[in-house]
Amino acid sequence: MDTVVFLIFAAIAVICAVNLVVQTHPIASALSLIGVMGSLAGIYLQLGGEFIAAAQLVVYAGAIMVLFVFVIMLLNEGKERKARRRLWVTFAGLPLLLVFVALIHNLILHVLPPSDSVQFGVFTGGTAEAIGMKLFTGYLLPFEVTSVLILIAIVGAIVLARKEVD
Amino acid sequence: MPFPPFQMIAGVPLTWYLTLSAVLFALGVAGFLFRRNIITVFMSIELMLNAVNLTFIAFSYKLRQNDGHIFSFFVMVVAAAEAAVGLAIILTVFKNRQTLEIDEVSSLKD
Repeated sequence: MDTVVFLIFAAIAVICAVNLVVQTHPIASALSLIGVMGSLAGIYLQLGGEFIAAAQLVVYAGAIMVLFVFVIMLLNEGKERKARRRLWVTFAGLPLLLVFVALIHNLILHVLPPSDSVQFGVFTGGTAEAIGMKLFTGYLLPFEVTSVLILIAIVGAIVLARKEVD
Repeated sequence: MPFPPFQMIAGVPLTWYLTLSAVLFALGVAGFLFRRNIITVFMSIELMLNAVNLTFIAFSYKLRQNDGHIFSFFVMVVAAAEAAVGLAIILTVFKNRQTLEIDEVSSLKD
């Protein structure tokens, strides 16, 4: 059962990610990215990360992607033009990518024991309560620094995107 | 031996999650290198960040600690900040140059 759920979510994620790379119109890529993020939220849930799954949906698939879609529609650039690429880039890119993935996969299989398996409901440390306890005790300083970072990002975004007033 | 057989262990092997993460990261790299639209390149970066988050969560499960969840939470926060500033930069670039082609925005190189 766990395997079936994982395979469904993983298939959606990979298909959407391929679609993101292949599509030429940015709005299609944005919708594919939302698909990837939604299925990753399902996989987080399977790994016991309830809080992170919810945050993934709210922050990533909600807030960040809405920002992307707004900018895409605001600029309304349409399809990108066909790029001029060198011949070897066109033909060597995909095999090199596959070699990269195969190397990482091989490394993972060698480093990790094959007996590690994931079952839904075994790990319960990802609840909002557990995350909150750790976030506000052990990781309090990084959390506070993060709020300063967000403030800087807000000010920076406003300064960059405002209209010049003379 | 590519994958352990189904019946040997109950549940999903942890390596599948890591391999999925590697595949998503590689696709993000491909999008980053091959696409010419700034916004699509930016979305490929978000895809890579998501792949790394999946690795954090998977190892968090293996070690039975939720520190990985907190780290991926911080990654999300940084990604949100990055999206806000980055999209503002993209708006400014488009306002000044009327293009989103990444090859034409090369005034620092020339």
